[in-house]
Amino acid sequence: MLACSPLWLPRPLPAQGNVLTILPPTKATAKPGTVLTAKVSVSLRPGYHVNSNTPSDPYLIPLKLTWAPAEPLKLASQVFPQPSMEKYSFSEKPLSVFSGQFDILTRFEAPATAKPGMLSLSGKLRFQACNDQMCLQPKTLDVSLPVEIVK
Amino acid sequence: MTKRWLFAAALAALLIATGCNPREATNVSAAVKPDKERKAAPDFALKDSNGQTLKLSSLKGKVILLNFWATWCGPCKIEIPWFVDFEQRYRDQGFAVVGVSMDEDGWDTVKPYITDKKVNYRVVIGNDMVAQLYGGVESLPTTFLLDRDGRIASTHVGLVSKGDYEKEIVQLLGRKAAGTSVAGVFAALAPSAAPGAR
Repeated sequence: MLACSPLWLPRPLPAQGNVLTILPPTKATAKPGTVLTAKVSVSLRPGYHVNSNTPSDPYLIPLKLTWAPAEPLKLASQVFPQPSMEKYSFSEKPLSVFSGQFDILTRFEAPATAKPGMLSLSGKLRFQACNDQMCLQPKTLDVSLPVEIVK
Repeated sequence: MTKRWLFAAALAALLIATGCNPREATNVSAAVKPDKERKAAPDFALKDSNGQTLKLSSLKGKVILLNFWATWCGPCKIEIPWFVDFEQRYRDQGFAVVGVSMDEDGWDTVKPYITDKKVNYRVVIGNDMVAQLYGGVESLPTTFLLDRDGRIASTHVGLVSKGDYEKEIVQLLGRKAAGTSVAGVFAALAPSAAPGAR
């Protein structure tokens, strides 16, 4: 990529909002008495990484996805991708990170008594991104995902 | 052959003049600004690790390295031992490092870290108001070098080499303060940020 700006002006900094993008969600469906999987797809700007959900250093801020209660669904489990261990110029040891595009899956139980209809899951994705030379302040993005309980 | 060289030279000159770089710009680094281009550093008052209020303008007459950092910021941690070294070597010449931690957890996280790393300079806990005074400080590390008159002589966003910092510190230490007192310069600045941690 070609980045141009006159030398007498400061170089533009990456806008925080452009570093991590939550891709448009796809509707999740489930029958009563089954488990539905909510998929949140995330894309990171090239050159940037976020700490994984299990960072290798206790000072690092983990990637965290939390959901507001959405009756009658019950949160069952969450699956993050396998993090990669990357070595950066600023770290002595490899760090547990995510980069590029990846999915976070959350499984919800739809009880047998759940009535058919549309629901909306609301969540928050907390992340802290860095590149090889700098880190951006931690940020939380809203996540919204449509769910349909079908017969 | 000559034409090719001329074309390549012209293209290189154009790229340099427009600041085009095949790699995406990731950090901002500037050499020490000439005197007339320096702006006064916004004043603030924040608590240090001993609970004492540090007012930036109280460091009048010193060259100050003002470093915004956080314990979760890997590149920031590379620089901290350099700053410890600078503080030790240049303190007697009128130099001071001030670390402004942007950790949301405040001293619970920062105190053990600076103790462990034997940080020998003053560290305060920053807040959004102070960050805004300094342009938002969205990226860390962000470091400002202030001259003896309390003006911002250089700004660095992102990891910078120890040598670059030292060159600038030495340059600024070599200059005496202008006639204007630092207190006077600070007095004319934006309103002070409220003291206290998060």
